[in-house]
Amino acid sequence: MSKKKKINWNYLLIAPALLISVCVILVPGIMTVVYSFTDWNGLSPDINFIGLQNYQELFHDNIFFTAIKNNFIWAIMFLTIPVFLGMLSAMLLLSRKKTRSIYQVAFLIPYVLAPSVNAMLWLNIMFSPVVGVVAFLRNTFGWDISSPLANMKTAIYACAGVDIWHYWSYLTVIYLAALRQVPTDQVEAARVEGCNGWQLFRYVYLPNIMPTIKLMFIMITIGSFLSFDYVKLLTGGGPAHSTEVLGTYAYSFAFGSMKVGKAAAVGMFISIFGLIASIIYARMTQKESME
Amino acid sequence: MGASSLRKKITVNTIIHLILILLAVICLFPIVLVFINSFKENSEIVRNPLSLPDILHLENYIQAWTTGKFAKGFLNSIKLTGCTVIIVLFCSTLAGYVLSGKRIKGSGAILMYFMVAMTVPIQLFLFPLYYAYAKMNLIGNIPATSVILAATYMPLAIFLMRTFFLNVPKELEEAARIDGANTRQVIWSVMRPVVSPGMITVAILIGLQSWNEYLITSTFLQGEKNFTATLGFLSMSGSYGSNMSILMASAMILIGPIIIFFLLTQKHFIDGMVSGAVKG
Repeated sequence: MSKKKKINWNYLLIAPALLISVCVILVPGIMTVVYSFTDWNGLSPDINFIGLQNYQELFHDNIFFTAIKNNFIWAIMFLTIPVFLGMLSAMLLLSRKKTRSIYQVAFLIPYVLAPSVNAMLWLNIMFSPVVGVVAFLRNTFGWDISSPLANMKTAIYACAGVDIWHYWSYLTVIYLAALRQVPTDQVEAARVEGCNGWQLFRYVYLPNIMPTIKLMFIMITIGSFLSFDYVKLLTGGGPAHSTEVLGTYAYSFAFGSMKVGKAAAVGMFISIFGLIASIIYARMTQKESME
Repeated sequence: MGASSLRKKITVNTIIHLILILLAVICLFPIVLVFINSFKENSEIVRNPLSLPDILHLENYIQAWTTGKFAKGFLNSIKLTGCTVIIVLFCSTLAGYVLSGKRIKGSGAILMYFMVAMTVPIQLFLFPLYYAYAKMNLIGNIPATSVILAATYMPLAIFLMRTFFLNVPKELEEAARIDGANTRQVIWSVMRPVVSPGMITVAILIGLQSWNEYLITSTFLQGEKNFTATLGFLSMSGSYGSNMSILMASAMILIGPIIIFFLLTQKHFIDGMVSGAVKG
């Protein structure tokens, strides 16, 4: 009995979670790092180490740079439009105690639907030049418009736009929850001092919810380099690779042209951008806790 | 309060509501459009996607249900989601308990590991995993695919469960230990009832995510008989893309249950979203 008690059962309890995560994420992750230095095609048993050739080829690949540029466009759009909409709606909802939850639920509906469904409904009923709203506007008002997804210049913005439509209300919910935790005595004191709405936001609410804003900022940046679903579903990276992002480009290497080594190298870049964002965040929080 | 300031207040309130209503319309407009068009004939949709249906063509739904093979699709979706939720709940509850205190050596390192695992891109582990699964003949295997989904959602679930365990008063466990309870009894009889609302939140959050997942399911669940409802819908929209009324009705078949589920669970859902991001 006393011997049994000495066993720390906690190691056994954490084992299932660790085991699954190590088998599915850590080991294949390390394999990806190794594969990025090889010419493996996914099937053949002989794998040759080719050093940095995959990376060198990527640096001479225009589509690769288009993909990186698109990821940056994605990040800039996501760090502005949904952040603004989310903050605006959260501030407006803060004072609407009765109608708050109704609005919140209405905003969240695109967020809870599957990306594949969202993409299909925008692709068909909104953007389609045959049956969509785009077609209706052209036929009824004679506007010279076609699907923004078919145009090489606008397609990436249209893809990001649909993803933003799906995503922004998430920020509303997060910001609203943070705003509601701002101590009411601070708000009252500022009101007594005669602060107007903007001053109240700028000097009371904003400093209080800064940790949440920063966390979201990092999460959005990381997420922007992971973007995949909406590009893959709306354009598949086209027309002529103009909407390719790193996620879809890696995918097409692995399952389209069977260059798993190169896909792994692109995957490494996605991870590096995410890692940089994580390090910046860790630095920021460290600085704050020291202050 | 003077009449002018009252008028000003009413104006401000009206503007606030107008902005909020505008945002709600932007969110809901495409979905309402799908709903309206799901009752129309194909030619009616082509003529004007914004018009209301003359008569309700309910047969669109019957046709959509069979062409989309939704009976099989929903069954597969339920299997996939069910397996994922069970695996995640089991593993993350136990791990959350262990990591909620200094119960083992190296818990800091394990937390750090899961923190990194949470932000790792799927493309970092997808390709070797795919070819390993192919070698083991697991492509198209629903429970095997749910293990991958479980692994990707595990870090978030662990952090949520850990927070819920941290909120349990320490005295509760101490008292049970003094009474001679072992770890199993502490978790099952003392902790489980207290953290079960948290477990429901995790289940709802993870359940919805795995139901909606695209990248992993579309890669690993090949073969029509293994398609989830969303994958069946996607493959149908590829081959029946020209028949809009069926496409719209199938989209509604997918949208309807999710909206109902969300309306029923919204409180848990929003709690779960928030507790992952805002420190309470």
